[in-house]
Amino acid sequence: MRETWLPFEWIVAMRFLREGRLQTLFIVAGVAIGVAVIVFMSALMAGLQSNFIRRVLSAQAHIQLLPPREVTRALRPDDTPGAPLPFAIVQPPLQRLKSIDQWQSIVLQIRAMPEVLVVAPVAAGSALVVRGSVNRAITIAGIEPTLYYRIVALEEKIVRGHARLTGTDIVIGSELARDLGVDVGDKLRVATGGVGGDASAVTLTVIGIFDLGNKGANQRSTFVALHTAQSVLGLPGGVSSIDVTVRDVYASERVAGRITATTGVEADSWIRTNADFFAAVSAQTTANTAIRFFVGLSVAFGIASVLAVVVVQKSREIGILRAMGISQAQIRRLFLLQGGLLGLGGAVVGSAIGAGALVVWQQTARAADGTSLFPLTLDPKLFGIALVLATVTGLVAAFAPARRAARLDPVVAIRG
Amino acid sequence: MAETRTAASAPASVVVALRGVCKAYNVGTRIETEVLQGIDLTVRAGEFCAVVGPSGSGKSTLLNIVGLLDRPTSGTMEVCGEHTTALNDGALTRLRGHNIGFVFQYHHLIGAFSAVENVMLPMLGAEGFPSAAMRSRAEMLLASVGLTEWQDNLASNLSGGQQQRVAVARALAMNPALVLADEPTGNLDTKSADEVFSLLRQFNVEHGTTVLFVTHNAALAERCDKTIEVIDGRVTAGVGAAT
Repeated sequence: MRETWLPFEWIVAMRFLREGRLQTLFIVAGVAIGVAVIVFMSALMAGLQSNFIRRVLSAQAHIQLLPPREVTRALRPDDTPGAPLPFAIVQPPLQRLKSIDQWQSIVLQIRAMPEVLVVAPVAAGSALVVRGSVNRAITIAGIEPTLYYRIVALEEKIVRGHARLTGTDIVIGSELARDLGVDVGDKLRVATGGVGGDASAVTLTVIGIFDLGNKGANQRSTFVALHTAQSVLGLPGGVSSIDVTVRDVYASERVAGRITATTGVEADSWIRTNADFFAAVSAQTTANTAIRFFVGLSVAFGIASVLAVVVVQKSREIGILRAMGISQAQIRRLFLLQGGLLGLGGAVVGSAIGAGALVVWQQTARAADGTSLFPLTLDPKLFGIALVLATVTGLVAAFAPARRAARLDPVVAIRG
Repeated sequence: MAETRTAASAPASVVVALRGVCKAYNVGTRIETEVLQGIDLTVRAGEFCAVVGPSGSGKSTLLNIVGLLDRPTSGTMEVCGEHTTALNDGALTRLRGHNIGFVFQYHHLIGAFSAVENVMLPMLGAEGFPSAAMRSRAEMLLASVGLTEWQDNLASNLSGGQQQRVAVARALAMNPALVLADEPTGNLDTKSADEVFSLLRQFNVEHGTTVLFVTHNAALAERCDKTIEVIDGRVTAGVGAAT
């Protein structure tokens, strides 16, 4: 035997596979195609989804804490439950801009959570930007740049100037800059109603112009330093929201629930605020899983049917092996191994084909500007999983043929 | 592995003892067929017995039962010192693997392996991993059947006579106490048949291996120590018939 390091079952299994090389080649090709489809689709879908999610989350936090909404409490003539209200119409209150109570201690509490990466306080509100006879309604967001840029990578989206915000600086979107006819270094006057209707205005210098990839956002969004926004919006020392990023974006809803339970402040995750998008991603994941399952099933049936044929073809050899004193368990292992080896062999070839297809796809599928549609990563974990799953599928598929082989009556088998 | 067992002429222990062994197929149906009908048979160590009888008389069934490949419908039997009636499949397989060698009418070598690897297979199955000792024993056995220069050829590339000689070497790989040869010369020309018979006889004489040799060849049967004649599922008295 050339395979001196291998046990009996491995040697015989490999020789049987090699002897029926055309049959082996076909089933390995079948498994390889299945694995290649799974690898290609999984990588494509994962790339697509992570690209979607990256785009969605590139301009927003995973979790946002907001101050409680104001509600109208109707006055009752007495405290008797169920007593009739004197007024039939209860008008919903106006939602005034207000700060989150004790936000500094809340920020500390959230930072202490292991799932949390970054916590950034934000003071945001509506304002009017005026330049000459033109004015535009904007959202002014006061941020602490060092923290906030770890949530929204604004620096990467700057097309002109920079985003190093100080007291009288403002960063605006490209559409707003075009509407107002301003560029880096120009001054803008920003006016707000202020809390309680006290109007305030401030003149700010444009230090950077960004492109968030969304026309609406580029028209409305502006960023200033936190204390500037607090002053302009009439929120001295206060913040209107706390933005949070977490390690696992899919765990955002769970972490948001934990934050609400811990701090008592309502926390919305991106999953809830983008419910339709998340439902679409989930549907895509389900469809992908279903496709992978059925491809895997067809691979399993392919291996099982080939091994069933092999058992019939090799029944005489099985009988002879049994006559030599080879046990039922050894025969069973021999055929299970063949299934596992077919699965593994097909997975190795299929992974290589899948990886090649991904490289080709990435080089050929291009956006109009010539850049790749979205980045694909050849995750070694995906290939590892494909190898393990295909091998296990081969073993499972071989179970019935292996049992049948082990139970062959040696006398009948030898007689053929 | 001991190379020599009991000498053929020495007082010998019983290797095969069958008492009232019956074998029927399709039991309980309208087509029930009783192939063996109350076989009583004793074969002692070192005996070289011809098993003769017309086709369909039950010779192969008898060999399959003695070889523990099949179970009797009734009766008791002892093979190589073990009462086998109550043994499970695993125990029968072990007993068969270590004590019984088979040579069939058709060589039944495994085509994916070379001659020497075919001879190694029973040892490999028993021990799990191949070893140098296994290979040297297989080479020694192939040398003794005159196939040294063919040992690395695939079994399928050998002639019929050579294949049957490899099958003889394989049957002897575990140095079995008992060799069951079911018409091993049936498909061979006279010269090859004589070579195969002589090989088995040689091992019988040199190593004390007990041989049950099914044959239709009267000349070969005459060269055996005794003849067991099976007719219609019964052992009838023959030359040196078994007790």
